[in-house]
Amino acid sequence: MAKVVKAKINGILLRVAEGTTILEAARSVQIKIPTLCKHPDLPASAACGICIVKAKGSNKMLRACCTPLEEGMEITTHDPEIVEIRRTVIELILSNHPNDCLKCGRNNNCELQKLTADFGITEEQFPQFLRDLPKDSSTNTIVLEPQKCILCGRCVEVCQDNQDVWALSFIERGIKTHISPAGQIQLGESPCVRCGQCSAHCPTGAIVEKDETGKVWDALRSEGKYCVVQIAPAVRVAIGEAFGFPMGANLTKKLYALLRRLGFKAVFDTSFAADVTIMEEASEFEERLLSGKKPLPLITSCCPAWVDFMEKFHPDMIEHFSSCKSPHEILGVLSKTYYAKKNNIDPAKIFNVSIMPCTAKKYEITRSNEMFASGYQDVDISLTTRELARMIKQAGIDFTTLPDEECDSILGEYAGAGVIFGATGGVMEAALRTAYNFITGKELGKVEFENVRGLKGVKESEVELDGKKIKIAVAHGLGNVEYVLGKIRQAKAQGKEMPYHFVEVMACVGGCVGGGGQPYMVTDELRRNRAEGLYQDDNDKQIRCSHQNPYIKRLYEEFLEKPLSDKAENLLHTHYKGRPVYRR
Amino acid sequence: MAVYSKTILLKDTNLAQEDRTRDFYTNFLQKLEESSLSELVQVVRVSDIGVYNKGVVIKIMPDNIMYANLKDSDIPRIINTTIKEGKPLDDLELKRTGRQLRIVLRNCGMIDPENIRDYIGVDGYLALKKVLLESTPEKVIEEMKKSGLRGRGGAGFPTWMKWKFARAIAADEKYVICNGDEGDPGAYMDRSVLEGDPHSVIEGMIIAAFAIGATKGYFYIRAEYPLAVERIQKAIEDARTCGLLGQNILGSQFNFDVEVRLGAGAFVCGEETALIASIEGKRGTPRPRPPYPSVKGLWGKPTVINNVETLANIPYIFLKGGDHFAKAGTATSKGTKVFAVTGKVRNSGLVEVPMGITLREIVYDICGGTSSGKQLKAVQTGGPSGGVIPAEYLDTPVDYDNLQKLGSIMGSGGMIIMDEDDCLVDIAKFYLGFCVEESCGKCSPCRIGGTQMLRVLERITEGKGRIEDLDMLRRIAFAMQKASLCALGQTAANPVLSTVRYFEAEYKEHIVNKKCPSHKCSKLASYMIIQDKCKKCGLCQKHCPAGAIPGSREEGYTIKQDRCVKCGQCFEVCKFKAISKE
Repeated sequence: MAKVVKAKINGILLRVAEGTTILEAARSVQIKIPTLCKHPDLPASAACGICIVKAKGSNKMLRACCTPLEEGMEITTHDPEIVEIRRTVIELILSNHPNDCLKCGRNNNCELQKLTADFGITEEQFPQFLRDLPKDSSTNTIVLEPQKCILCGRCVEVCQDNQDVWALSFIERGIKTHISPAGQIQLGESPCVRCGQCSAHCPTGAIVEKDETGKVWDALRSEGKYCVVQIAPAVRVAIGEAFGFPMGANLTKKLYALLRRLGFKAVFDTSFAADVTIMEEASEFEERLLSGKKPLPLITSCCPAWVDFMEKFHPDMIEHFSSCKSPHEILGVLSKTYYAKKNNIDPAKIFNVSIMPCTAKKYEITRSNEMFASGYQDVDISLTTRELARMIKQAGIDFTTLPDEECDSILGEYAGAGVIFGATGGVMEAALRTAYNFITGKELGKVEFENVRGLKGVKESEVELDGKKIKIAVAHGLGNVEYVLGKIRQAKAQGKEMPYHFVEVMACVGGCVGGGGQPYMVTDELRRNRAEGLYQDDNDKQIRCSHQNPYIKRLYEEFLEKPLSDKAENLLHTHYKGRPVYRR
Repeated sequence: MAVYSKTILLKDTNLAQEDRTRDFYTNFLQKLEESSLSELVQVVRVSDIGVYNKGVVIKIMPDNIMYANLKDSDIPRIINTTIKEGKPLDDLELKRTGRQLRIVLRNCGMIDPENIRDYIGVDGYLALKKVLLESTPEKVIEEMKKSGLRGRGGAGFPTWMKWKFARAIAADEKYVICNGDEGDPGAYMDRSVLEGDPHSVIEGMIIAAFAIGATKGYFYIRAEYPLAVERIQKAIEDARTCGLLGQNILGSQFNFDVEVRLGAGAFVCGEETALIASIEGKRGTPRPRPPYPSVKGLWGKPTVINNVETLANIPYIFLKGGDHFAKAGTATSKGTKVFAVTGKVRNSGLVEVPMGITLREIVYDICGGTSSGKQLKAVQTGGPSGGVIPAEYLDTPVDYDNLQKLGSIMGSGGMIIMDEDDCLVDIAKFYLGFCVEESCGKCSPCRIGGTQMLRVLERITEGKGRIEDLDMLRRIAFAMQKASLCALGQTAANPVLSTVRYFEAEYKEHIVNKKCPSHKCSKLASYMIIQDKCKKCGLCQKHCPAGAIPGSREEGYTIKQDRCVKCGQCFEVCKFKAISKE
C-alpha cells in the first residue's frame, strides 16, 4: 500500500496517498485550483503558470499541477496575492492571443475564455501583440491555428507520447515558440494520421476539427438531394455531455428523432454496418485460420487513423490487415446500392452524412478509389460528435425533451455486437461471437468476452474455438501498438509460431468512445462510462451476434449472396499501400 | 625534454592589434636569441591572461611578474633586468593589489594545462588519492560540509547537501555532471578554469562521483568554447592513460569515467533540468522540480550537477582540509569567488577574492576604479538574473545573502561597473532583452511577461512611456518571479526591479521629461547646432538621412526638431564639436 501523507490545504487537514499532487489533493476537499495547461487525462506539463499556490515557510510559489503534497505541508490555494498573480498571468496570455472569440470554433467552449470570465477580466491590461503564424488546414480534417495556441503542450504530449506519431512538436523558442510539424512543413505533409486527439485535448481554438456543418445544411436545404444519415456507436453515449445528460447516457433513440427533425430523409445506424463488417471479417478470419492461404494474425482495419498509421509506419503489416472496409464506409456504399435499389431512389441524389466520434473519418471518405465503390462517393460528409452538437443548437431543437423514435430499415437495426464497436475490444468481441459460429457451427452460451474489455493499454488473452486455442491481442492508443507489432515481427524473423491469431487496434485510447471528434475533457472515467453505455445497449439487445441479425441475413440473401462473395469483395473491401511518412 | 629556467606567457591581443603583437613576439624571440637565452627561456603565446585593454601583456614565470602596455623598446630592459637578474621593472609592472586569494584559479597561468605532469607537479590528484585510499564517501561529504562550499553556478545551494541527497538514493546508476554551459554575458571564469586548469575540474568530479557512488560523468560545455572542449578532452584522455579515470582508479575499487557533451548555445540549458533534457537528446526546456535531479536526474537516475568553479574548489578542500577552506569567507559564504569585472573600470579582468570582501575593495583596490575617472554610479552583479547595486552600497561585504538583500544575486560572477554615462533604463533593457531572447518559451509568465516588459522598456527609452508603466513593470515582474517555472523566468525581471528600486528618478526622467540624463537613449536625445562653433562646412547636412538640416554654407544650418530621427549622424561627423546632444 502506498504511504499516506498528512497535510493541510487552506486549513483543512487531509490524508492522501504519497505522490498525490497538490491539485488532486485539493480537489478531494472540494477546492478547485484553476489551470489552463493541465488536462486530467495527461501528465502535467507545468506550462501555464496559473495553478500556483503558497506553502507555509517558503517564499516561492509552487505549481499545484506537478508538485506532490508532502507530509506536514500547509498549502494556501487562494489569497489576494495568488489571485492577483493568476490574473496577471491570464492577462499576459490574453495579450498574446487573438480576441476574436465570437468567430472562433471554441466560442463558449474554450478553457481560456472560461477562465477569463471567471476572473472577471473585461479590460485589456497589456497591449496586444500577435505572432504572425498562418493557419494550417492542409489535413482537411483538423485545422491548426498556431496564433491561438497558448503552448500548454497537451497536443504535443498526446501526439508524441500517447500516439507515437510525432507530427506536432514545439518549434523555435522564446516568444517565437509555436507548435508545428518539424521542418517548416504543413500538417498534411507530416506524419499526422488525423486521429484528432490534439483537437480533443486543446484548451483553446488552436486545433479544431474542420467544420463542415455548413455543407450539411446546404445539402439538407437542396431540393435535388436525398439526405440520409448514419450515427456511429460511440456518438450515442457521448453527445449527451453537451446537453447536460449524465456521463455515458445512451441517447440512440433521441438521436434518431433529432436527425429526422433536422431534415434527413432516412436515419441509419452505423452499428448495422458493423454487423456487416463482422460477417466479412469473421469470414476472413475463418479462411485464414483454416486454409492458411493468407498469414495470421488477422489485424482489424476499421479505424482509419490506425490504417493511416500502419500505411506510413508499418507497411510490412499490410498482409495481415483485414481488407474489409470500416462500418461507416460499408453503410455508405450500401445506402447508394442496396437501399437505393430497394427504394427506387436515384443513387446520384443520395447524400450520405455520417456522424462519427472521429476526425480521421473525414479523411477516410476519400482515402482511395474504393471509397467510391457505389459509383459515387459512398459517404459525402463526415461530421464529428462535436459538430453535430453545434447543429442541434443551431436548429433550436430541445434535445433534452425529444421523444424517442426508431431508425429506418433496412440499414438500421443492429445486433448487440455492432454497437460495442465503439469501445476498445468491441470489434474483437463481436468478431469472436460470429467466428465461433462460423468455425464450430454452434452458438455461444455466454457471449461476453470480459478479457478484451477495459482500459489496459494492451490486452492479451486466449479463447478456445473448437478445441483450438486462439491467441488474441487488443491494443488502443497508437503508442501501444509497437509492443504488439514487435512481437509479431520477432516471431516472423525467428520463424517461430505467431504470438497472436487475431489483433484489434484502435488509434484512440479507449477506442472510439475516446475518439478525437468526441466532446472535450475526456478522462478514463468518462471513457469507462461511455463504454459502459455501449455494453448496456448490447446487454439489452435480444440479438447479440451479428450473424443472427435478421436484417443482415436478408442483406446477404437479397443482395450480397454470402460473405466474401465477388459482390461483397467489390463493394465492401479495400486495399492498402505503403505511404511516405513525410510528403515532401 | 628541454628544461627552461623561465617561461614567459605572452598574450595575443585582439585581431586588429595582432600584427603588433606578433612583431613583439618575433622581436622578443630574436632578442633572446641574441642574448643566447633561447635555450633557457620559453615564450608561450596564450589566448587569455586575464588582463584587458592593456596592449601587449607578458607574465614571467616562476617569478609571477606581469608587465603591460609593452613596446618593442622595452624588450632589452626586460631581458637584462628581469630575466637575467630577476629584478622587476616598476614602471612596466602591472600590480594587482588588494586582497586577492587564488584557490579556483590557483593553477591558471601557472601550469601547462595540456600537460598532466604539470598538474601532478603542483599536488594534482593528491587529494583524489587521499580520498580514494584513505576516506569513505560519508567522510567526504562530512568534509564538504565543514568546508561550507556553496554552488558557484548561481543559486548557491550547499554542495554537500546535494551530494548527500544523491548518496541517499539507492540506484544502479548515478551521474555527476559538470555544468560548463557558462552563458552570462561577459562571464568567462568557467572558461578560464576549463582552459587553464582542466585537471582540477576532473579531479573534483571524480571526488564527487566517489561521494555519491556514481560511475559515469558528463561534461556539458557550450560549443562556443572550442579550446575548453579540446583541453578537457585531452585532459580526460591523459587521466585515463594514467589510471585516474576508468576501472579501479589508483588501484582502488572505484570505477568512474567521463564523457563530453556540447551545448548548442541556449542559455536556458545552464538550468539543471533543461541541461539534463539536452544531454538526453530532448528539447532543452526545464521541467518542474521536485523531483530534484539528485533524486531523479539524467535518464531518471540520481544526478549531481556542479558548476565548473565549484568542482575546481574541491581538490583544494581535500588537500588543505574543509576547516582550512572555511577560514576564508563569511558566516554563510565560505571560500572565494571569481568575478569577471568589466565595464567602466580601469583594470578589467578576472579577480578571485575571499567572500566578504566589499565591492569598494574590488572596484577601487583591485581594479583601480573607473576607467573614465568619473563617479561610479552602480555595479551590476549576477548577470541577466542579477540586479544593480548603487554606489551607496559599495561597502557591503559581498556574499550570497547580502547581494540578495540588495535585490541582486551572486550569480555566476559577472560584475559590470557603471559610471555616470551609463543609463540604467538602458542597462535593464539590455539584460531583459537577453532573457527574452533566451527564454525557452515553455511557460507563459516568462515567455509573454518578459516580452511585454521589454516592450514597456522600449517604449520608455523611446520617449513614449507613461507614468503607469512603472506599476505595470512591477506587476508583471512580480508575476514572473512567482509563477515562472525555472530560475531564468523567476529572475529575468531582477535587473528591471532593482533599477526601478534604486533609480526610479531616472525612469521618471525618461517618462515625464522625455530625457535620458546620461544621453544613452538615442531616441530621447535632441541635437542642436551651436552657432558660435559652427564653421558652416555643411557636413552635417550631407550626412543627415532625414533631410532635417536645412540651410546653406552662406546662411548656416539649423536642425529641424520635428524632422530629426535622432540618429546622431550629425553629432558624430561634426569636426568642430558644434553640435550639442541633450
